[in-house]
Amino acid sequence: MSAHEQFAEDLALYALGALDGEELQTLEKHLEGCASCRRELELLRGDSSLLALTTTGPKPPARARQRLMSAIANEPRLPANKVVPESQHRSWWSAFGWPAVRLVAAAVLVFVGINLVRQNSSLQQNLASLRAQFSDQGIKLEEANQTVATLMDPEATKIELVAAGNKPVPRGKAIYQRRNRNLIFFASNLPALPAEKIYELWLFPANGGAPIPAGLFKPDARGSATVVNPPLPEGIEAKNFAVTLEPESGAHDHPRGTPVIVGVGE
Amino acid sequence: MPNADTNAITSDLALVTAIRAGDQGAMAALYDRYSSIVYSVALRMLQDTGAAEDVLQDIFMQLWRNPGAFDASRGNMGAWLAVIARHRAIDALRKRRPENDIEDVVVSVEPDLASEADRSRVMDKVRGALQTMPVPQRSALEMAYFEGLTHIEIAAKTGEPLGTIKSRIRTGLLSLRKVLAA
Repeated sequence: MSAHEQFAEDLALYALGALDGEELQTLEKHLEGCASCRRELELLRGDSSLLALTTTGPKPPARARQRLMSAIANEPRLPANKVVPESQHRSWWSAFGWPAVRLVAAAVLVFVGINLVRQNSSLQQNLASLRAQFSDQGIKLEEANQTVATLMDPEATKIELVAAGNKPVPRGKAIYQRRNRNLIFFASNLPALPAEKIYELWLFPANGGAPIPAGLFKPDARGSATVVNPPLPEGIEAKNFAVTLEPESGAHDHPRGTPVIVGVGE
Repeated sequence: MPNADTNAITSDLALVTAIRAGDQGAMAALYDRYSSIVYSVALRMLQDTGAAEDVLQDIFMQLWRNPGAFDASRGNMGAWLAVIARHRAIDALRKRRPENDIEDVVVSVEPDLASEADRSRVMDKVRGALQTMPVPQRSALEMAYFEGLTHIEIAAKTGEPLGTIKSRIRTGLLSLRKVLAA
């Protein structure tokens, strides 16, 4: 019996969240290193989701729609709407984050994807005459999207190496492109959030102006988090970045909490 | 029909893109498309209309706050929402706080659910598959899915061996996949 056959039945239970005990731990350990079983897990989750369609309950009452739309109308959009929260389990940001070389490569690819999206939007206005070019851009965009999807895949393995014997400490890496207002920020080993608190990233302008909020975020269980392209004003040259601990609710127009990590410049 | 599926996925993503820009109309359209799936799952599991409405509200509000949580890499949006609805309902059943704002779950499912016709077609197939399953197999599947029981709890409840429960659940899920692929 191969390893995959051995885990076949447990995978089905796992997809339903119905596996527990020692078998759960054994399977999760196997999944970390088995792309084939992770793919089968996605399929089994898809199979199980179809069971939802067998329910014959009534449609939600009209008041539920009114309640939602009313709440949305009154809900201020926070910068956190562009924050990508980390998985709470089996996160591939895993223990430490990842090496700087891969980080830079990831940033370049993300920038390529974002710029291609913007280019596509422009191309749509002249689609007939630019169809050939659009097709080419579409292929590149798809490639970039797949790369980004891989980077954001919670099940991908990612490990940062530190000097032997060193304990992991809170750290972050901000990659900022002023021209296109692109910002990617990765953090690792952050302390767990106290109740009703949230981390906030700040951009410190080079002209000495007030710090600019650059995204609220919550790290995963292992202290890792990512912020991708928060809303930022145009043309701001960055001198530094910092992360502070702030109240979860309320305005975030200036840092009020103690800095948790601060940039050292490059 | 790969072309139809691709177009439908693009349509969902277009709505999500508009939501990212703060378009409340796009949010209403997405709600109209998938609220029945979310509500039905929650109601079936919780047996309480108020609690089901709370799950519905919670999920769509989280989507409004963080529309970037869904992208094509997470698979089919209808299936993704169904999985999240079930997770939230299980959290409510077990009276625990949700583990995440929006679950980081990848779901791979072939049929698209963006149109009413798609949902109806898939629903007929899945119901047909369930009706042809042996009763113990269907029962084990439904206890795991709709009651959120673990295989150990199902074995204790039914008096069946653990291995039998495992086998029934896996075979049941694979039979759903098979009937949809046909």
